[in-house]
Amino acid sequence: MTFASTIQTPPVDWFAITPALVMLGAAAVCLMIAVLAPAVWRRRLSAWVTGGAFVGAFVAAALLYDRSPNPQLVIADSVYRDRYGALAMLVVLGAGVATVLISWRIRLRAHTAEYYALLAAAAGGMVFLVSAANLITLFLGLEWFSICLYILCAIDVDVEGSLEAGLKYLVVGGFGSAVLLFGSALVYGATGEVGFTQIAQATAAHGLTHDSFLVAGLAMIIVGLGFKSSAAPFHMWTPDVYEGSPTPITGFMAAATKATALVLTLRVMTQAFPQEKQLWTIAFAVIACISLAIGNLGALPQRNVKRMLAYSSISQAGFMLIPIAAGNALGARALLFYLIPYAAMSVASFAVVAARERELGTAVTFENIAGLGWERPFLGVAMWVCMLGFAGLPLTGGFVAKFYSFSAAYDRGWVWLVIVGVVATAVSLYYYFGLVRAMYMRAPAPVGIAAAGGQPPRELALQTGVLACLVVTVGSFFFVEPLIKLCRMAASALGF
Amino acid sequence: MDSGWITDTLILLPLGAAIFIAVAPVPRVVAGVLAFAVSLVEIAFWGGALTAFDYGAGKPSVQLQEQTTWFGELGISYHVGFTGFAIWVAGMSVVVMAAAIGYAVWVGREHARAYFASMLLLTSALVGVFAAQDYLLFYVFWEAMLIPLYVLVGVWGGPGRLRATLMFFIYTMAGSLLMLASIIVLGISTGSFDMTAPTAYSSSNWIFLGFVAAFVVKAPIFPFHGWLPDAYREAPAEVAGVLSGAVSKAAAYGFLYIAILHFPKPAHDFRTPILVLAAIGLIYGSLLAFRAPDFRGVVAYSSLAQIGLITIGLFATDLAGFNGAVLQMVNHGLISAAMFMLAGLVELRTGTGRFDRLGGMARGRPALATLLMTFGVIALAVPGSSNFAGEFLILTGVFTTGWGWSVVGAVAIVLAAMYMLRLISAVLHQARGSAVPDTARDLRLPELALLVPLVALLIFLSAWPAAVTDHTFGQTGSTPAVKQQLVAAPARGWTAYAPYNVVRSQTAVGHGGKK
Repeated sequence: MTFASTIQTPPVDWFAITPALVMLGAAAVCLMIAVLAPAVWRRRLSAWVTGGAFVGAFVAAALLYDRSPNPQLVIADSVYRDRYGALAMLVVLGAGVATVLISWRIRLRAHTAEYYALLAAAAGGMVFLVSAANLITLFLGLEWFSICLYILCAIDVDVEGSLEAGLKYLVVGGFGSAVLLFGSALVYGATGEVGFTQIAQATAAHGLTHDSFLVAGLAMIIVGLGFKSSAAPFHMWTPDVYEGSPTPITGFMAAATKATALVLTLRVMTQAFPQEKQLWTIAFAVIACISLAIGNLGALPQRNVKRMLAYSSISQAGFMLIPIAAGNALGARALLFYLIPYAAMSVASFAVVAARERELGTAVTFENIAGLGWERPFLGVAMWVCMLGFAGLPLTGGFVAKFYSFSAAYDRGWVWLVIVGVVATAVSLYYYFGLVRAMYMRAPAPVGIAAAGGQPPRELALQTGVLACLVVTVGSFFFVEPLIKLCRMAASALGF
Repeated sequence: MDSGWITDTLILLPLGAAIFIAVAPVPRVVAGVLAFAVSLVEIAFWGGALTAFDYGAGKPSVQLQEQTTWFGELGISYHVGFTGFAIWVAGMSVVVMAAAIGYAVWVGREHARAYFASMLLLTSALVGVFAAQDYLLFYVFWEAMLIPLYVLVGVWGGPGRLRATLMFFIYTMAGSLLMLASIIVLGISTGSFDMTAPTAYSSSNWIFLGFVAAFVVKAPIFPFHGWLPDAYREAPAEVAGVLSGAVSKAAAYGFLYIAILHFPKPAHDFRTPILVLAAIGLIYGSLLAFRAPDFRGVVAYSSLAQIGLITIGLFATDLAGFNGAVLQMVNHGLISAAMFMLAGLVELRTGTGRFDRLGGMARGRPALATLLMTFGVIALAVPGSSNFAGEFLILTGVFTTGWGWSVVGAVAIVLAAMYMLRLISAVLHQARGSAVPDTARDLRLPELALLVPLVALLIFLSAWPAAVTDHTFGQTGSTPAVKQQLVAAPARGWTAYAPYNVVRSQTAVGHGGKK
């Protein structure tokens, strides 16, 4: 009597979860390296393994995109295999490749191999999460990558605030997860289903629209996901965590975590709660406005570049919630498109901060970044482009992304939301261009670069990563048509 | 049209050169010379565009078109081409940019590669603004102008440059973001962003005001000129020249091509308030120019006044006014750029532009005296000058709207004479100023080589202003019918407003661009 005959195991579409498995495999290998490889090899070996895994998973996700024109539920209806998830995976994994390049020269006292293992595992959790098809896989994926990130935030014990960042993220993130779990339980209680589409069917079949348990559950799920996408008013952990975490990880969190959370949000809302669309579109419009307000106003007085970028990421979350709030076909495309340049800009801007940090050995502020533009022309231009992109100015994909978002809001009939977005953009220019001013127009502060004297090492890996991000940022301005086609086909999986 | 490649080249050549200079590790001298050479080639291409443009009767109003899909699902394309009047403003811009780049090569700027790359990027964006036939593309070029300008003022400007850039940036962005909102509303609701499409017209006041917000700030029209004094004083001289000469014309062009020709009804409804503001700007700017204590202050405030005058011509909304305004855009662009460069050259020699420390510079410096005098005299619209032709047309045009506007304009011309003569006398004549050393040299040969062509162009236009005014709105000279139609239009009610119909019917016929 075999095991399989007593318990029915579902057929498994291994291809659908290959990207997640590749990343998990890389994590396992890195952990082995941490124990078995000689100390001198650990950093390089684990970086190569993780980088290779990211590239491999990226290729797998691309193939998955290509081979999944018709969305389907696989593995006991717990995971979607569709282009929507595959495109989100591409964004996460692309950000991951760049993060590995940027992390190449990261200075950790120990645990470098574990650093890469956690990075790979976190990415694995994210690519699993974006294809989640029920509340269980949703929670599983969410915790999977969150726990990895909690540790990653705290891994650099030499940096003041790193432990604090990890702990803060753990407590607040744990709270967010708990709210999400409670909300899931309420939804299950109301409908008796965990699968997204089944929830929608049950709601329709039993006339549960506006049922109080269901609505309460929906609200709590929105809150839980809001914590992960650091949308205001669930953003309070963001500045401290972004400041204290190792900078490449901050970049990865800003790009990939946010992308994952937002993509998932749209999926849950459209698949599980189509009947409550009126409710959640308004909820997200309100959250978007609060995020824009708090993110922008919070960023204005910041002097620490990482904190400024943290608040900017809150306001960017607001911009990306606008298309979700629009809740229409244009909005779904706009969100997916927005993620592409946004992820690239996030990784690249934190990479520049990381490079400066390594030069100075201290936190990067608006004062000590002065002169960077002339001292390091490439990094200066990179930061310039990122700031232009965040501000949504032309010649960067950020412009097209914002334009699409606003168009989606207008298409929904919400001119007021367009106006809010426009005003928020105007405010954001002050701090984005403030950084440019600091880099180019202020006299460089007399900072002690490289205490040992001489030039700091050229970081070829970091520059390659930044260059790749710049290509994506600028390229997404010129090649809108092919990218938007990818987004359109991906969004069609949600029924748009 | 199969000669759309000229328009492409005019936009892409400086862009490509800018990228090359920014990326290639060329020495500073090479960067400057290369940039100057490219800007001269740009003028040559513009000459080619002008000769390729067919002003014959019944020809399409938008020519030299090129169209490539950019993002198709929203109906947005890279659609460029020139109208008869845009080509003149574009020509003025490339000439001004070439002069400014040449000036910078001569004066020498730190961080040469970044500087010249920015200047070429600005050239590309400027030409793009005048060539764009798609609303979103127009916005892209419009914003793209701002990015190099921000750097040019902020990095190479005077001591107060940080404040100047901040003011300039906040003002202009506030305006242009409103324009973006308008573009979204217009484009998404009609399904096309193409300016030559039949749906590109609207009678919505809000959309109109969004566009106008961007134009009044950039022009600037009183009372949106808060950024002007700082920006014009703190910018490097040649950048100030470009700002007031070419960039402000982008706004005037926007008034004409977008606000008036695409939104005729709201343009009519809001005509009086805009005329009032323009008239106030005209008088107020002239008075401030008369009171300004320094060279650049006079030129800066006279720009405010001149833009007011151009706007009056435009919102006269008849053919004479339009033609006068276009001619005046070209005139003022050339004069203003030259005056700022002269201010820069005087500042180089004396270290100041303040009148209380200048004076007596004419003695022993005939070239400087002659040039400043010539530009000044043309600027104050002495009869026979091209400025006179432009202002006369504007005043004639607006006379049909109401004689009061013409009176305001005529008063302003008197004021212009006052401030220009004051400027000339304060710099050239009177006792030698404390800041003027005996060793201050006359204009050198390279400086003359930059300024004399500008004077020559102005004198050419003085002799033959019809070169511009007869080649602006298609068939003007050859078909008097259009002229009459334009003049008679207001009487027949604004729904049948002629320029609107003329442009629309012509573009309907003239979709020559690749589809």
